[in-house]
Amino acid sequence: MEVNSIENGIVIDHIRAGSGLKLLSHLGIDTRTDTVALIMNATSGKHGRKDIIKIENLLDVDLTALGLLDCGATVNFIEHGKLVRKIKLSLPERVVGVIRCKNPRCVTSVEPAIPHVFLLVDPDTEEYRCEYCDESVRVNER
Amino acid sequence: MGAPRGLKGRSLLEPGDFTPGELAELFDLADEITESPERYAEVAKGKILAALFFEPSTRTRLSFETAMLRLGGQVIGFSEAQSSSAAKGESIADTVRTVGCYSDITVIRHPKEGSCRVAAAASDVPVINAGDGGHHHPTQTLTDLLTIRREKGRLTGLRVGLCGDLKFGRTVHSLIRAMRVYEGTEFVLISPQELRVPAYVIRDMEERGCPYEETQDMRSGMRGLDMLYMTRVQRERFFNEEDYIRLKDQFLLGAEQMRWAPSSMIVLHPLPRVNEIAAEVDADPRAVYFKQAKNGMYVRMALICALLGLAAR
Repeated sequence: MEVNSIENGIVIDHIRAGSGLKLLSHLGIDTRTDTVALIMNATSGKHGRKDIIKIENLLDVDLTALGLLDCGATVNFIEHGKLVRKIKLSLPERVVGVIRCKNPRCVTSVEPAIPHVFLLVDPDTEEYRCEYCDESVRVNER
Repeated sequence: MGAPRGLKGRSLLEPGDFTPGELAELFDLADEITESPERYAEVAKGKILAALFFEPSTRTRLSFETAMLRLGGQVIGFSEAQSSSAAKGESIADTVRTVGCYSDITVIRHPKEGSCRVAAAASDVPVINAGDGGHHHPTQTLTDLLTIRREKGRLTGLRVGLCGDLKFGRTVHSLIRAMRVYEGTEFVLISPQELRVPAYVIRDMEERGCPYEETQDMRSGMRGLDMLYMTRVQRERFFNEEDYIRLKDQFLLGAEQMRWAPSSMIVLHPLPRVNEIAAEVDADPRAVYFKQAKNGMYVRMALICALLGLAAR
């Protein structure tokens, strides 16, 4: 299968196989008219299988949220057909407005206009805690 | 003695907000106020404390109000959400921001966990958490720590038993978070399976490498304790009345159970109690829960002085 290289935009590589759709959905690109490619289960020397996303003419992405969704992926920024920046994603220390607290006793369940904030507790288990009520969540269990 | 300088202008939202050194200074000040209350009788003259109680409270609210009055200050506020603008749908942030325009310090109790953090973010004056749902109750912890320090002469090297509702008991969560930093602390957690401490409290102990054991056997759990912290199973925290009835009488402390305890073990309780400590225990010299209530007033006086930077004249 052949997917052309892009002139300007991003390539998210080394996505855990099967997570590509989730990342794509989070990027909210369904209203864009630019070219978007999602390659699923591509052969990977390192992981066996991986997903890849290519989006043309998009350079502004929320790396914090992407890191939360797949901390093993890399984001390549392409300008004029050249790789200008490569970022290996990592689990963010503080996440605002991505994870929702499910504790019905948490203040976020009643107070309007406050962001849901989660802090990284343990990178190995991908565990976060709500800044308000301490409720913990493992990001892959959401 | 002056107020601990590092605390002026700060808020107290959870027990870990103050270092052991800052706590020691605060307790020294509480001791000084207890010994010479007349020197502090007017230090808060002209200052106003706002007591915002969105949830019923007797002793915490009265303790704060008395503390402020004994310092010469004044108190405004409400004692239930229905008599506040919350009944009209106002947000916590807006209520606190507005009240902060009238007062010098705000005390808030609210049934939602983390509400104090929302309040502190919206406030220009210091905020004290007087209980946020089943989460934390740091001024009760100050009361507990001052009582332990006075009764045992130290806060280190203690084997601490906690018994009853350890899941929803915010005073338990706060006391564990505070005591885990003292060297040599060990915890014994005595509760029904359904009312075990939440995962974040276990994490608190493990982070500091504190030894702890969980048991449903009160007799073996009391062995070797330096103190036993009894708690009430709180009806208001249950969604299901049947669960409350099934669990409420599982751990009762009476004269018989006190015979299992070491002679030097003190008994604390944040109060109010229902039946988890029998009245016959009150006469036991190891029962210190009414002293604890009085200590609460002194430590709140010290806290108000510290956060407002008030010193004896």
